[in-house]
Amino acid sequence: MTKKVGMVSVGLTQFQRRAKETGKELAYYSAKMALDEAGITRKDVDGVIIGSAPDAFDGVHQKHEYLTDGSGGFNLPTMRGYVGGGTGVFSPIQGWYSIASGVNDVVLVTTEEKMSSVQPSSQAAFLTIFDNMIERPLGPNLVWIFALEMRRYMEKHGIPKEHIASVSVKNKGNAIDHPSAMLGKKWTLDEVLNSELLADPVRLLDISPVADGAVSFVMMSEEKIKEFGISKDDVAWVDGVGWNVDTTMWTNRDLYYPKYVEKAAKQAYNMAGMKDHSPEALRKWLTFAEPYDPFNYKELHHLEGLQLFGKGKAPKAAFEGVTARDGDFPVTPSGGLLGVGNPIAAAAGMKSAELYLQLTGKAGKRQIDGRDMERGVAQAWGDLMQVGTVLVMKGGRIE
Amino acid sequence: MEKVAIIGVGVEGFRSAIRELSYKEMVYQAAVKAYDDAQINPREEVDTFISCEEDFNMGTSITDEYAPDQLGAAQRTVHTITGDGIQGMAAAYMQIKTGMFDVAVVEAQSRVSDILTHNQITNFAFDPLYNRQFDAVYHSTAALEKRAYLEYSGTSEEAIAEVAAKNYNNALKNPIAAYGVRAKASDIMNTDMIASPLRDGEISKPVDGAVVIVMASEKVVKEKNGNPIYINGISYATNSPNFDTRDWQYAKYAKLTADRVYKMAGINDPKEEIDVFEIDDTYAFKELQHLESLGVYDKGEAGKAMLNGDLGSKGSTPVNVSGGVLGVGNAHDVNGLQRIAELVDQLRGHAGRRQISDANTGMAFSWRGVPTTAGALAILSKE
Amino acid sequence: MKVRGTKLTSDEFHNKVIAVKHAPEIEYDWATGVAISKFLKGLKDGKIIGVYCDSCDRTVTPPRMFCEECFSPMSKYVDLPDTGIINTFSIAYIKTDASRVEKPQLPAVIDIDGTSISPSGFLHLLDEINPDDIKIGMKVKAVWKDAIDRTGAITDIKYFKKMEDA
Repeated sequence: MTKKVGMVSVGLTQFQRRAKETGKELAYYSAKMALDEAGITRKDVDGVIIGSAPDAFDGVHQKHEYLTDGSGGFNLPTMRGYVGGGTGVFSPIQGWYSIASGVNDVVLVTTEEKMSSVQPSSQAAFLTIFDNMIERPLGPNLVWIFALEMRRYMEKHGIPKEHIASVSVKNKGNAIDHPSAMLGKKWTLDEVLNSELLADPVRLLDISPVADGAVSFVMMSEEKIKEFGISKDDVAWVDGVGWNVDTTMWTNRDLYYPKYVEKAAKQAYNMAGMKDHSPEALRKWLTFAEPYDPFNYKELHHLEGLQLFGKGKAPKAAFEGVTARDGDFPVTPSGGLLGVGNPIAAAAGMKSAELYLQLTGKAGKRQIDGRDMERGVAQAWGDLMQVGTVLVMKGGRIE
Repeated sequence: MEKVAIIGVGVEGFRSAIRELSYKEMVYQAAVKAYDDAQINPREEVDTFISCEEDFNMGTSITDEYAPDQLGAAQRTVHTITGDGIQGMAAAYMQIKTGMFDVAVVEAQSRVSDILTHNQITNFAFDPLYNRQFDAVYHSTAALEKRAYLEYSGTSEEAIAEVAAKNYNNALKNPIAAYGVRAKASDIMNTDMIASPLRDGEISKPVDGAVVIVMASEKVVKEKNGNPIYINGISYATNSPNFDTRDWQYAKYAKLTADRVYKMAGINDPKEEIDVFEIDDTYAFKELQHLESLGVYDKGEAGKAMLNGDLGSKGSTPVNVSGGVLGVGNAHDVNGLQRIAELVDQLRGHAGRRQISDANTGMAFSWRGVPTTAGALAILSKE
Repeated sequence: MKVRGTKLTSDEFHNKVIAVKHAPEIEYDWATGVAISKFLKGLKDGKIIGVYCDSCDRTVTPPRMFCEECFSPMSKYVDLPDTGIINTFSIAYIKTDASRVEKPQLPAVIDIDGTSISPSGFLHLLDEINPDDIKIGMKVKAVWKDAIDRTGAITDIKYFKKMEDA
C-alpha cells in the first residue's frame, strides 16, 4: 500500500543570468547542500531523480546521463522525468512515487538548468518547441504564445492590466528576502506598466528572467525518517500529487482557462482526502500557495486552475493584496520566478523547496507569520500551454 | 505483495525507414494494437501514461509536448522519461505499486529516418568540454570497450562473430525484425573494420518503430482475465557519464542493476532459474559482456558457451531468439521494449517458429548505447 | 541559509572565462505522414483542409489521422473556406533570437470557418492592418502566395488580412 513520504531537506544554488559553474557543478552544489542539511551521505541514498528541461539549453544530448555524477547518481539508479516547465514540481513527485511504491527508501532529487550555455539567446532554443511541420516556418518565439494566452485571458474576463501588473510588484518585492534571488527589488506599478513592450500585451517586467541554477531535495520513507532520528520539525509530508498533460493541438483549445491544471489539482486534493474543491474551502485548508509565475498573469491563471479563486476572480484579489505575504491567503512568498529567477526546471524546484521551507519554519525573513503553517501547494506548468503538475505538502508537526 | 503484470503489447515496425507515417501516426498504430491486446479503452481505463523519448532524437525541444494524443492521453496523467523503455516500465511499475494507479501505458519510439545527421547527435551527448572535440564516429567508443573486454575476459573474436551470425539468423523467424539474414561467423569476420577491433557486421543498424506496453495491477488483471505476464523484478542503474571514471572491461551498470532485480525477484542462479534471455547486443560483444556482468556466466565463459551452442535457440541458455538488436534493428530507446515484446510472446506461447518450449521465465536487459553507461533489467514470468 | 554559485558579468562571460564553443550541424527530414501531408498538399493547391470525426461529429483543423478525443481513426478530409475569425493575437516586437524589430510581427490564432469546435484553427500572421485596429473576433481571410510559388508549406499562406465586407 501507499507508503508515507516526507521531504527532509532542500538545497539551492544562487540563481543568476550567467553562472561560472557548469550544469554539473551547479547540480553538485545543491545536491551536496541537501545531503548535508539532511545529515546523510550519498551512501544512504538508494535512488536519484534528475529534473531538467530542454537538452538544447545545456547543449548536451541525453542531458540526464551527463548530469548523473553532479546529481549524486554515480553507480545508482538514476531517472529523469520530463514535463517541460512542469518538471520542477514533477521531480519531487517522482521522488514520491519511487518511495511510496516501496521500491526506494531514500531518494535524492535534483532539478537543474543552465540556460546561458546556448548562444546568442535561449529564445533560439525555444523555437524548437513549436510544431516542426506547421509552426516553426512562421518563426514563432516563446513570448508570442504567452501574449496570445494572456490576451485571451484578459479579453474573456475583462481584466485590467493593473491587476496583472500587481503580481510583478508583489513577487519581485518578496524576492528581496530570498538568498537565491537575482531580481529582488521594489518596483512601482507604473514602472511595470510602462516597461518595454515586447509582444503586446506582454512587457519586460511581466516576464521572469532566464537563469542558471539548481535545487535539490532529500525525500524518505517514514521508517527511514525514524531510523535516522530526524525531528518531525524538519519534515514536510507529501500529502497529494497530480499531473496532467492536455492535447498537443493548442490552437484547438480555448486558452483562457487551464483545464489541465484543474485536473491535476483535483487529483492531488483527492489523494490528500480533500473532496471539497470550492475556493473558500481550499483557501482554508491550504495555508499558502506557490503557483508557477514565469509571467505575472500566469500566477493568476494558475490560481484559478488550482480552484483557489473562481474563474476571472484572481486578478482583483491580487490587486487588493489578498495574496501578499501578509495577506489573507499568501501566494508566492518565495518571490517566484518573477523575482528569484527562472532556470526552468530549477525554478519550479525552488517553488517546491519553498513549500518545505515555509512548512518547517525555515524560510527566514520570508516566513509567513501569524498563522500555523499547516499545508501548502506548489504548482508548475509547461509545454505548449499544456502541463499542470501539483504537489501538496503538510508540515511535519501536523498529524 | 500486490503484483504488476503486462496485459497488452503493440508493435509498429521495425523497418529501416517508416516514411509513409509521421512519428505520431506510427505510435498511434502501435497503441491501437496494444489496447486491442489488453482489451481496454485508453480514454477511460488508463490511469497513467509514460512516453520514453529524447529531444534531439525527435528534433524537438520539450518533445513531451507531442506525446499525448497518439496514445489517447490528451488531458490525462502523462509524463516523459528520457530513458530506455524498460526504465519507463520501471516508472510505471513504481506508480502502480503506490496503490494510486491501476493501469499504466508505456511507449517508446524511434524515428532514425527523420534524422539526417545521426553521428552529430550522438556526438552531442559527449562531454562538451573535453570529449566532443575529437569528432570521432561514436562506434570508436564501443571499440575501446570491446578491446578492454577482450583483454579482460579472454574472449575470442570467433565467439563474437558467432553471436552476430546467430542473431541475424534468428531474426529470419521474427516478423518484426528488419535485418534477418543467413550468415556465418566467417561472413561477419569478413566485413569492414570500422574502428578496430570492431567490424561492421558486429554493429547493429538503425530502424524506425514503436512499442506500446499496457501494464496493470493484480486487481485489474483479475477483472480482465486476459493473458497476463508478471513483472517479478525491474530496475535500472547508471555507472558514470565520464570516460575517466567508468568501467571499460565489464558492464558495471549491468551488475548494479542485476543486484537489485535479483533481490526483488528472488533469483539466486539466473542461468538455472530463467528460461529465455533477451540481452542487449547493440554491438555483438555486448551480448557476451552483458551476460557475464549480469552474472549469468562467469568472466570469460559466455564466449565459450556461444561456441558450444548453449546460446542458440536450441541451447540450454537461449539468448536473443528474437534476433536481438542486431537482427531486429537498433531502435535506440525502444530496444528494451523490443526485448520485452519478445519475452511476452515467448511466455504466452505465441512466438510461432521462434517458440522456446517450456518458457516460464524470461529476462530482458537494455543498454542506452554510446556514450552512456545506463542499463535497465526486467524479469518476467507466467506466474 | 547560505547558497553557492558564482556570478559572471556579460563581459566576463563573453571575454574573460575560458569557454568551449560548439555549433552542432544537426539536420532533420521529418516525414509528414498521412494527415499533415494532406494539409500541406491542400495549401499548395490554395485550400485549407480539415477532417471530420464520425463518432464525435466534429470537424477540426489542422487535420490528424486519429481523434484525440475518442481515439478513433479519421479519414473524412474536407475542404474548408480560407476565412476565419481571430481567436487571439499579439503585436510582437521581439523575434526568435530575442532581437527587437521596429515593424511588429502580428501572430494570431485563426479560428477557421467551417470547423465545429471553437477554437479550431492554427497559428499564423496578420498583415495589411493597423495593429491598433486588431480585435478578437474580427473576420479575416487568407492572402496566398501565387500558385507557382507555393511549395506545400504553412507559409503558402502569406498572412491573414481583415475581410473588407465584414
